[in-house]
Formats: sequence, structure tokens, C-alpha cells
Amino acid sequence: MSANSLVDIRDVSLTYGQGVEGTLAVEHLTLEIEKGDFVAVVGPSGCGKSSLMKLVTGLVPPSSGSIFVKGEKVTRPIQGVGMAFQNSTLMPWRTTLDNVMLPFEIVEPHKRHLRSERGKYVAQAEQLLQTVGLGKFGKKFPWELSGGMQQRANLCRALVHQPELLMLDEPFGALDAFTREELWSVMQNLWIQKRFTAMLVTHDLREAVYLSDTVFVISHRPGRVIYRAEIDLPRPRTLETTFEPKFIDIVHDLRSRISHELAT
Amino acid sequence: MTNTRRLQILAPWAVTVALFVMWELACWLLSVAPFVLPRPSLIFKTMYDFHTQLIDHSLHTLFTTVIGFVLAVIGGLLIGIAVGASRFVYVALYPLLIGFNSIPKVALVPIIVIWFGIGTVPAIITACSVAFFPIAVNIATGLATIEPEMRDVLRSLGASSWEILTKVGIPRSAPYLFASLKIAITLAFIGSVISETVASNKGIGYLMLSASSRFEVPLVFAGLLVVGAMGIGMYAICVIFESRMTRWAFRGQDMQG
Repeated sequence: MSANSLVDIRDVSLTYGQGVEGTLAVEHLTLEIEKGDFVAVVGPSGCGKSSLMKLVTGLVPPSSGSIFVKGEKVTRPIQGVGMAFQNSTLMPWRTTLDNVMLPFEIVEPHKRHLRSERGKYVAQAEQLLQTVGLGKFGKKFPWELSGGMQQRANLCRALVHQPELLMLDEPFGALDAFTREELWSVMQNLWIQKRFTAMLVTHDLREAVYLSDTVFVISHRPGRVIYRAEIDLPRPRTLETTFEPKFIDIVHDLRSRISHELAT
Repeated sequence: MTNTRRLQILAPWAVTVALFVMWELACWLLSVAPFVLPRPSLIFKTMYDFHTQLIDHSLHTLFTTVIGFVLAVIGGLLIGIAVGASRFVYVALYPLLIGFNSIPKVALVPIIVIWFGIGTVPAIITACSVAFFPIAVNIATGLATIEPEMRDVLRSLGASSWEILTKVGIPRSAPYLFASLKIAITLAFIGSVISETVASNKGIGYLMLSASSRFEVPLVFAGLLVVGAMGIGMYAICVIFESRMTRWAFRGQDMQG
């Protein structure tokens, strides 16, 4: 384990269910995420990518092996992680701004200070909404926003308390291609500004390459890491980057690894 | 105001008036005896003649119903939250709740009377015992159907079960709660009137029973109409609360529509 790694997954297996009928979701999986890195995990569907996220955040305990976050073994849900799913899971009874404020109500030390310094926190949330182009929409309810805007608000909620670790489970999966590409850029800008550590689970290879420093390819269920690609394309990457030969080569390479995996 | 809106407001009144007119005509044409089915005009006249008694008794019924309803809301909320939040409580309690709800409450009244004597208390208890069930079931449903992703987001932020309950569970169940209140208030009327009919010396139920034993059928019908009208009134109050408190659940709909 290197000194810098924020997440360290060592030889982890996960079985759902019990006995003979249990399904092995993840098997002997080992991977490390350095602090400040943007890591993507790709693989065929049903390869246990989402299980991996639940393992890292401690929502599901591993059947064997161990997971360390910030050098500490994960035994229960770790606190203050930002999470965003494909379904935006915003609360329809709260305005967009109040949705984004949610982590402040739960995560310490913000929770203690929220009452006395509410103005400061509101300003932080509004500032973040501004960065993703939702400055004027804080007072609107989520259901008054388009799918893409909801997903921007969702990212804001995941990031507003400046978590060290951000978990993204196909957050752009339900969006149309144009909106998705736009949000890649929004995501990248946020990451460049704040330099959190992020783990993105996706099946979109272009998305993975566009956003991350390292891409892990996971095998068919039970999931293992079968390939690791360092993406050394310069940042900030733009939509133009995605048409450059180098970008296409990387995507192509990843694609063939997954095809190979599916064939075996 | 558009014409469609105006029609929608007028329609329920028009239909009610039309029903009474048809009823009046039918009684008149078929010359039905007033002690079998009194004409609406006679019922309204009786209402006027007996208005002090009617108001007195119906206010009493309204009072017992509302008290019973409020108790049912409190009890239903507590049971619903317990059943919805904990799988164990659900498994343990649900058969019992179903069993209790299947008992005809009119059969309970004599027992309650043995415990508390006749009058107001049995009416309140009966109203409460009929009305709490839909509230409990709806709250439990609202809590049990929280999206797993929503739960994961909160848990990974470090939220306690209590925080998940108060920040997601209860607001999310609010539309279910208000839908059930509309059912519960009408059930509460049924409960209190049943109890008054069986064992009371006050209330609309008692008034109707004593009127029918004297063959004053128009007064019985007057009582029925009053109970119906109070039911509509309380239902309307619940609807107003519902639309105020859970606007988000009716998104995209015309609230007035």
C-alpha cells in the first residue's frame, strides 16, 4: 500500500445470499485509489461494479478480504462520502437549494454549525449551484427541472460538503448524449477546482477515458480487475479531445479487452 | 375563470339538486307513504322544525368524531411508523392489526359500554378504532417504500436511522398520510354514529334511533343528511390540508382541477 492511497481494496470477495445458492459478485479484487485521483471502473453489465461502490463506502461488508479508507479498515458505513446515482434521488418536497444543503444537516462538523452560520452555508451551496449553471434555479423544485439539471443538482449535493471521496454510480447514464457530454465537462471542471478523490462506475468507455486518470476493467461476474489503463491525456480535456487518435486508441483498446472478456 | 372550471364547480351542486328533484317527483308520482320514504321537501321542513335538536345532537357527534379522529391520527402515526420502520415490528404486529380491523366495531360497542358506561367515551373509542387502521397502513407503506438509493445516499453521509426517518421517511409518507386522513375522517363518522345508535343518549345516532322507534321517519332522514353533510365538510377540510402540505406530490397537475 502506497503512502498516498486513499482507498485500498485488498483481495476482496463478496457473496450475496448464503450457501450453495449464494452468488459471487466480486472475487479476489484488489485495487488502490490514490488521493486526488479520478478513477473509473468499467466492465460488462452485471460485473459487480455497483457492489464495489457499496463495499468501499461500507454499506455492504465484504465476505472476505479487507478495505481500507484513509488507512482505516472499513467495518461500517463510512461518514461524509458524496454519492450520486443514475437516478438523481433528489427529494421532491425540498427546493433544489434545500436538497443541496442536505449534507450540511447530516455531516459533522457542519451539522453543529448549520443553525448559527446558516447564511454562510447557503452561500456555499448557491455558489456551487452557480458553478454548474444552476444559479437561478435554487428556489425551484427538482421536478421543475430537466433531467440534466437534476443531475447537476445531484452532483452539487454530493460535493457541497467537500467530501474527500466521491462515488459516482453511472450518474450520467439516463441522460441524452448531448447533455451527458456537457456534464462530463461540468464534472471535470469541478474536479480540477476541488481535487477530490472520485470513483466513477460506468459502462460508457468514452466517459471513463474523458474523466479519469486511471481506468480499471472488471471481468464478468464474479468481478476481478483484469486490466488497468493510465490515461495520460492532458487536462482539461474537451469534446475535441474525444476525437483525437490517442483518445480513440485508448477507448478501442479498452473495448477489445471487454469483448475478449465477454468471449471467454 | 374558464367555462370548464365554472362547470366543474357547479357540477356537484347540480347533480345533488337533480337527485333531490327526482326523488321528490318519484315519491309524488308513486305516492309513497312518508313513513316509508319521505319526500326531500318534507325532510327539509323537518330539519327546519327540529333544527335546535339537530344542531345540538350533530355538534355532539362532530365533537366525538373529531376527538376520535385526532386520537386515531396519533395512534395510527405511531403504529405506522413502528411497522414501517422496523421489519421485526411489521412481522410481529401485522397479523394482529389485520385481525383487529376485521372485527365489526359494532360488536365492540357493548364491551366498551361495560368498561366505560354509555355516552361519549364509547363513541370516541369506536370512532378511533375504525379510523386508525388506514392511517397506520398508509404511513407504513410510505416508509417501507423509500428508494434504496436514497437510503444509501443518506447512510454514506453518515445519517442515523432517526435522521433517515425524519428527513426522508416522514416527508415522503406525507401524501400517503393525507390520502388516508380523507378515508379515516369518514370512517370516524361511521364509528361514532354506530356507537351512538347502540349506546348513547346524545348524538345524531341516538336521535335517529329514537326517531325511528317513534316512526318519525322524516327526522331519521334528516339525521342521515346531516351526517352526510358533516362528512363532506370534514373531508373538504382534509383536502385543503392535503393540498397545502403536499403540493410536491401533485406536481404537474392543476390543483384546482
